[in-house]
Amino acid sequence: MARTVRYREALREAMVEEMERDESVFLMGEEVGHYQGAYKVSEGMLARFGERRVIDTPIAESGFAGIGVGAAMVGLRPIIEFMTWNFSAVAFDQILNNAAKVRQMSGGQLTCPIVFRGPNASARQVGSQHSHAMEHFYATVPGVKVVAPAFPADAKGLLKAAIRDDNPVLVMESETLYSVKGEIPDDLDVVPIGQAQLVREGTDCSIVGYSRMTHVALEAAEALAREGISCEVVDLRSLRPLDEDTIVRSVRKTHRCVVVHEGWPYGGVGAEVADRVQRLAFDWLDAPILRVTTLDVPMPYNANLEQLCMPQPTRVVEAVRRVVRRGRAEA
Amino acid sequence: MSQQGQKDLAPDTGPGPLTRPSGQLDHLADLYRQMLLIRRVEEEAARAYAMGKIGGFLHLYIGQESVAVGAVAALKRDDYCITTYRDHGLAIAKGMSAKALMAELYGKATGCSKGLGGSMHLFDVPNGMLGGYGIVGGHIPLAAGCAFASKYRSDGRVTLCFFGEGAVSIGGFHEGVSLAALWKLPIVFICENNEYAMGTPLYRSMSVEDVSMKALGYGIDRDRFFADDVLTVEQRIGEAVQRARETSLPTLVEVRTYRFRGHSMSDPAKYRSQAELEEQKKRDPLSRARAQLIADGYGEPRIHALEEGVEVEVAEAVKFADESPEPDMSILEPSTYSGPFSA
Repeated sequence: MARTVRYREALREAMVEEMERDESVFLMGEEVGHYQGAYKVSEGMLARFGERRVIDTPIAESGFAGIGVGAAMVGLRPIIEFMTWNFSAVAFDQILNNAAKVRQMSGGQLTCPIVFRGPNASARQVGSQHSHAMEHFYATVPGVKVVAPAFPADAKGLLKAAIRDDNPVLVMESETLYSVKGEIPDDLDVVPIGQAQLVREGTDCSIVGYSRMTHVALEAAEALAREGISCEVVDLRSLRPLDEDTIVRSVRKTHRCVVVHEGWPYGGVGAEVADRVQRLAFDWLDAPILRVTTLDVPMPYNANLEQLCMPQPTRVVEAVRRVVRRGRAEA
Repeated sequence: MSQQGQKDLAPDTGPGPLTRPSGQLDHLADLYRQMLLIRRVEEEAARAYAMGKIGGFLHLYIGQESVAVGAVAALKRDDYCITTYRDHGLAIAKGMSAKALMAELYGKATGCSKGLGGSMHLFDVPNGMLGGYGIVGGHIPLAAGCAFASKYRSDGRVTLCFFGEGAVSIGGFHEGVSLAALWKLPIVFICENNEYAMGTPLYRSMSVEDVSMKALGYGIDRDRFFADDVLTVEQRIGEAVQRARETSLPTLVEVRTYRFRGHSMSDPAKYRSQAELEEQKKRDPLSRARAQLIADGYGEPRIHALEEGVEVEVAEAVKFADESPEPDMSILEPSTYSGPFSA
């Protein structure tokens, strides 16, 4: 059996279930308690678990991220909510230098079983400082894991896996996904970190996405199907570790690859995917790998300009057409 | 000024008279031995550094030994300590062996962090030494997190967080202290004011001279004293530890001390005069402790025996570090992630 659940409810279910099974798990962040969560992800959790385990913080990301890391070092399993990942920039030192390094610096004496989570990338017209795709910064860092679920079931399963993981795990959610509905199997437990999934099968081109861009990829694939181009859509789910086997298997089948993600084109997850594909599927490729990203400018406020800056299905469609036509005589 | 009968903060009058109850003699001898071990280990480390056997940064604690030794003397073994990159003294005070420390400085597999951490990152988790950290102020929220965990679990532990006066200008200090105060965490923030943040004297980096005043804005207790006498350090830190343990309230303690060496091995310390340094060396906490032991009748022969024991321990540590194997590549991946991982 399965239930239809919104993305935010799936995240909440994951936290509630893990807090019920493990006393050492707690939730800390701005407005997570009395306010019921800035995006209502933690709604009702204060009443359920009390102030000891659902902890409102002042506006001090560096402070409470560091407190989470310290608590994790001595055996608790904190869930630290950033109201948005944009605000993690002031806590970057805690994630980069402490969470990701303490195991190595201590020669393996300490582990840091902590989850950082919150909405990532663009919302709607929130301007340049609130629209960052932060996963690209974090996915380069050894010592952390980074996941970016697109669907409620994966949001729940990956968050549960993140909470049980003995390493720091960064969960990239999306404000524009919180109300998205999806089916969750009743027997869902954890979704293992590090496994991509095929969410659409096809033969002409692989479109690789994650988080909200998986939905954009699916929309593009649907449009392309109407013009006779068959696309496979790979939903990464996990960015670090990256499931290169699933990506490469798909590209070896379709011979073409387009990567779509929010965030700027310089470097990033798309460049990482492109590097792996060209190394591991070079002889199968019929076209260069293209990336569809946010344009290389700070995000504008203007609604029209914002949409034009963000990866849209139309831009994905255009990229796929280019790589598909390249292999044909008329291209 | 504070909630709990603040003692007089005024007397910055230097060392007081050398009078101690004789019952403390063996205890003082033990503290003197720890301080001497720290100093001798560091002197040998400086020598090894000059020979190229130790690389990277090496920040010596020489002159400040009474702070770590006195503070840790006020703790129970399973209390937590956490500090900056100037961490050799605290590591030894908290129980790390000279061998494990020296081998870590040499980058050897037998070091406390298997040669992965180095001088700035000494960890001895079984002894509650939760590390030295290299980003100024970044470890202060971590310390608050350890204290948060103690309160969450009601485990009765106290956390000591050490940092220099140079850390008091960065955000990590303020967020860590602010949250510890808000949540009434069992922690003692120990500012080791050694008067110089690298080469910048306090008067050029802070708008107030009294670092402990930073406690006022957070509504927590404070204390301020000189570190000349290790027993004074123990007693005064002990009061803050007791406050943390019994009432779960944090304290900011400014301990006034002085480092006799440069900021690191590459620093000739030209920003201060030789006269200033010589004046400060007259207040060496080791000399003071030793003089007191003699004055109070501990006996020269016992002191010599103690000192010879330290020499043997240090020589063995250097030999151990020198002869220990290097870590190999196989250690890298398992020390980065817990459990299997393939990026």
